[in-house]
Parts: sequence; C-alpha cells; structure tokens
Amino acid sequence: MPFIVELIISLLIVIGGLFLLVGSFGMIKLRDLLPRLHAPTKASTVGLGGILIASMLFFWIERGHFTIHELLITLFIFLTAPITANLIAKAYMLLNVDPNTELPPSKQNEGWATFDPVGPEGYDPSEEYQDKET
Amino acid sequence: MIEYALNFGFVCVALALLMNLYRLTMGPSTADRVLAVDTMAINAIALLVLYGIGQATAMYFEGALLFAMFGFVSTVAYCKFVLRGDIIE
Repeated sequence: MPFIVELIISLLIVIGGLFLLVGSFGMIKLRDLLPRLHAPTKASTVGLGGILIASMLFFWIERGHFTIHELLITLFIFLTAPITANLIAKAYMLLNVDPNTELPPSKQNEGWATFDPVGPEGYDPSEEYQDKET
Repeated sequence: MIEYALNFGFVCVALALLMNLYRLTMGPSTADRVLAVDTMAINAIALLVLYGIGQATAMYFEGALLFAMFGFVSTVAYCKFVLRGDIIE
C-alpha cells in the first residue's frame, strides 16, 4: 500500500475518532437536553463519515475494486438523524416543559400539537370512530 | 501506520462510549437516556467499522448496517411510546 494512501486513511481515522470523542463529551458538558441534542450531530456527520470514508478507501486499495456500500450507512444516518432529534425533543417537551408558562401562544384555535393533539374546537375525533363502527 | 491510527480510534470510541454510559445512568430526564442510547448506537457503528478495517474483512459491514437500522427504529419506538403511550396505534 503506498505511503500517501496510508497517510490519508490514518488521518481520516484520527479525525473521525476525535469528532466522535467531542460529540460524546458534549453530552456530558452541556447543561440541558435541548443544547445537548446539538452535540451528537458532530459524531454522526464528521465522525462517522470520516471513518466510513477511511474504510471505503482501505478496501479499495486492499481489494483493488471500488465499492460505495459504506456510503449506505452514511446515507441512512443522514436521513434518520433529523427524525430522531425531532422525536427526542418532542418527548422531552411533553414531559418537562409547561406549555402555559414556558411557550408563546400558538395564535391558532388549537394549542401546540405536542400538548394538544385533539384539534380545533368543535372537532371531536371520537365521532369519526363511531361512524366507522356503525 | 494504519495500526497506530486504529488504536487511537479505538481509544476515542471507548472513551466516547463511557461518556454515553455516564449520561445513560445519570441522565435527569427520560429523553436524555434515549439520546444517550442513540449516540451509543452511532459509536457502536464506528467501532464495528474500525474493527473491520483492523481485521481487513468486509464481514462487519453488515453488522454496522444493522446497527444503523435498529438504532433508529428503537429510538423512534421509545419516543413514540413516551409521546403517545403506544407504539403502533
């Protein structure tokens, strides 16, 4: 294996490892869940991305043919990370945030969706279920 | 040289997993624990890929892909349970 390729692979592994460490250190250091959600994004983008690109380069040089199947993991993580963060934030707000004092008014007929899943006034979802049964 | 870099990466991932374990046990709210498990899944993927490079085999790639999928599904299932009291309504 040529020296320059080894150097690039080693650099990518070191950078990825450092970013994974930084992302998890933020989990300890930040004070609350909502700032804490910000920390693991570093680990899942640059950290994991660097290590997966290093793996891709290593097997390319080692086996002699180029495959991109490591990018599947990167693609999957990039697609799912926002959904995960949104759901964790909603679960935290439902359990720990008081919608009457800590949130601004929603300026709609109904409240914020996480706290008030019923819908606008006059709309009763149980009527729809009754129609289905009869 | 790759071996030294791999050793450094293993140490980094191990320390990161320990920090996540601290947040998993000490986390004040339920959402903190879910976030810690989600980050642990990401670190476990990195650990599997690094081990695959160290052993020069592509066998661990499938394991890493499974970790990516089931980490996401389990996080969504737990958040859904906290939000709605049920997973599949």
